[in-house]
Amino acid sequence: MLSLLCRTANTIAKNNHHSRCIASLSALPETYQMLYKTCRDFAEQELKPNAANFDRNHLYPADAIKKMGELGLMAIATPEEFGGTGLDYLAYAIALEEISRGCASAGVIMSVNNSLYLGPVNHWGTEKQKKDFVTPFCTGDQVGCFALSEPGNGSDAGAASTTAKISGDKWVLNGTKCWITNGYESKATVVFATTDKSLKHKGISAFLLPKPIKGLELGKKEDKLGIRGSSTCSLIFEDCEIPKDAILGEPGLGFKIAMMTLDAGRIGIASQALGIAQASLDVAVEYASKRMAFGKPIMKLQAIQNKLADMAVQLESARLLTWRAAWLKDNKKPFTKEAAMAKLAASEAATFLSHQCIQILGGMGYVSDMPAERHYRDARITEIYEGTSEIQRLVIAGQIIKEYGV
Amino acid sequence: MSRVLVGVKRVIDYAVKVRVKPDKTGVVTDGVKHSMNPFDEIAVEEAVRMKEKKLASEVIAVSCGPTQAQETLRTALAMGADRAIHVEIAGAEYETLQPLHVAKILAKLSQDEKADIVIVGKQAIDDDSNQTAQMTAAILDWPQGTFASKVEKSDAGLTVTREIDGGLEVIKTKLPAVLSADLRLNEPRYATLPNIMKAKKKPMKKVSAKDLGVDLSPRIKVVSVEDPPVRQAGAIVPDVDTLVAKLKEGGHV
Repeated sequence: MLSLLCRTANTIAKNNHHSRCIASLSALPETYQMLYKTCRDFAEQELKPNAANFDRNHLYPADAIKKMGELGLMAIATPEEFGGTGLDYLAYAIALEEISRGCASAGVIMSVNNSLYLGPVNHWGTEKQKKDFVTPFCTGDQVGCFALSEPGNGSDAGAASTTAKISGDKWVLNGTKCWITNGYESKATVVFATTDKSLKHKGISAFLLPKPIKGLELGKKEDKLGIRGSSTCSLIFEDCEIPKDAILGEPGLGFKIAMMTLDAGRIGIASQALGIAQASLDVAVEYASKRMAFGKPIMKLQAIQNKLADMAVQLESARLLTWRAAWLKDNKKPFTKEAAMAKLAASEAATFLSHQCIQILGGMGYVSDMPAERHYRDARITEIYEGTSEIQRLVIAGQIIKEYGV
Repeated sequence: MSRVLVGVKRVIDYAVKVRVKPDKTGVVTDGVKHSMNPFDEIAVEEAVRMKEKKLASEVIAVSCGPTQAQETLRTALAMGADRAIHVEIAGAEYETLQPLHVAKILAKLSQDEKADIVIVGKQAIDDDSNQTAQMTAAILDWPQGTFASKVEKSDAGLTVTREIDGGLEVIKTKLPAVLSADLRLNEPRYATLPNIMKAKKKPMKKVSAKDLGVDLSPRIKVVSVEDPPVRQAGAIVPDVDTLVAKLKEGGHV
């Protein structure tokens, strides 16, 4: 029955940009399969061999990011007229998973640029803002970042204490943002600041500014457990003056911009997590097919088979959730709940799969000769950034309660 | 400037573990991942580079096969070919398609499309025939530069460096000519996402072997396809004399 649905859908899909059957890659229109091949080949040849080096030496993969820009990966859903690739979020999800499978750091750099930076500028930017802040950021030469979290609030985004005050014809920013991915290399940032703390989240506005800029200092580069190829640091604003038209969208719209941006960003992080999980499964199966114990390869032992099965089910469930969220977004339907479910499932899958991968590899999983330990360290952050798993659960529950009308 | 015709073949992907069909008539292709023959990717890349170096004005990709051959053609378009020709051959006729048929097809198309250079991969990774380029050249009575690892423009034609058993051989040919691409000719580019989308808009023409006046009756019949023998374990011998004795025993010397 499913194959009949897929075959029928595929005929429709050939004429309809939005595929109805997303059950598997082979059921998708050819464009997705071609971009999957490009991303997979690129990740295998350019990212996988270098990922350990980027990680060990905390190296920003500048060459790789530039090449990814040339492939059209740094601005997948940005319209062609502004220099982007003009594809959809399903294409983005597929591409990002393959890139992350090669190197999770390259994945997060790609994700932040696409979803957290270009996302809001594409949606709320003026023509001039798009010309200055979108077009130069599509090629991989320059990347952007997204500054929402502060030392005093991560999950509690509405409690932002970075302030923006009007002074003549300028905004003056004061405050500190922390945990900012691409903090060091980015040449522009979307910053959230409050113009009136008493209005709580309704007082928050979004601003778009270039970096470096007078009045903005960068904190030290954080020494992280994983995704060490990407830089994470604080952005410290001290009487930072920006032009009046540096506001993104309308005053007071900031919180909504942040939440809507993060909805889409969750599909990105879910895809990154899927890439890490898939890489873990690949390593585990390969090793289990060769490692001998009790007279046979360990993949023939039920204990290992149970693990592989559990890993595959978690991975493929998370992938279907991720593709569903992308499909809903591409078809302009509400996708908040589904994106949260995707991010929750995929990040927990990444942690589970990378954990079991080490377990299957035994001692070999614990040493850096094998990539298992790096996948384990890379996976951990996916349950935290762009909305902790706890926040995702609140978002999902809130949507469910709304659906039931109770 | 030349017009380049590139032949590309859809084959089972190199990474797939090929399985022989139980009836021994061939290998399992249903549901198996296929892609462009790797040597043909190198041929397409060379053709596109010729266009970028202004040695060629147009690159036309050609593939013979069922509907799925169009996927292979779109990959060629995404790599930079300007247009594609799909010679539709399906079913039983496709099962018995052989290099001689393809060579006749490429020869006819080269004449129809007024191509100056025909370039194909040196061999396909499914049948390893290594015949199509040579036969195409013979039918057209054109010079051939096979196993090319370097192709440069020279006054009246091309200078081709060929990889041969003894090393490298450099030849000069006039145009028009047929080339076959060897592994070290170039490193094929990735199809960028913008180019993948542009490929959808590039023209693809469909023709039949009959339109081209080519008879597809097979000259060769495949009798059976079998797995290679299972590799036996080796044995370590203490000295050369024992080795020679064992070789004589096994009838190998």
